[in-house]
Amino acid sequence: MQLARVTGTVVASTKADGLEGVKFLLVQPLDRHEQPQGSPVVAADGVHMAGPGELVYIVGAREASLALPNTFVPVDHAVVGIVDAVEELR
Amino acid sequence: MKVGRVVGTVVSTISAPAFEGRRLLLCDLLDASGRPDGSYLICVDTVGSGAGESVLIVDEGNSARQVIGMPSAPVRAIVVGVVDQFTADGEVVLQEG
Repeated sequence: MQLARVTGTVVASTKADGLEGVKFLLVQPLDRHEQPQGSPVVAADGVHMAGPGELVYIVGAREASLALPNTFVPVDHAVVGIVDAVEELR
Repeated sequence: MKVGRVVGTVVSTISAPAFEGRRLLLCDLLDASGRPDGSYLICVDTVGSGAGESVLIVDEGNSARQVIGMPSAPVRAIVVGVVDQFTADGEVVLQEG
């Protein structure tokens, strides 16, 4: 799982079966210092509450669809939590 | 599996149900010389590991779900062990305690 910043939303009215009602977010993956790392990806919103500007954590691959009500759907990234704080330990 | 070092925790109140009540660790991944290789993972803790400890990480969903006992959890990376010693090319790279 990785940190990411929600930077936008993606709306698609025509999509694969099973994706009805799934909200898509444009997210920018971050390194552990919360700096952008790599290319933005479209992630399904597995918490139904994430919005632009928020710091979240995402899961990739097969596990992404397990965050959704219908777990056999074609998604490769999902937001699985909203981050309140990243506490660096010393 | 990968070897990492616990460098922080991630606090999250709103999350997928599978993450509720679980501790999320921010772990730097280490290379064969025991230094951070620049990448990291957010992992679910299953062994009670703490700050600065070197840990064994599984980044594979089926294993992760099996360990936490939830067959449909959207979890992929978990900490499954605390590393005591790590050798590479005959040299001790990491020795705890």
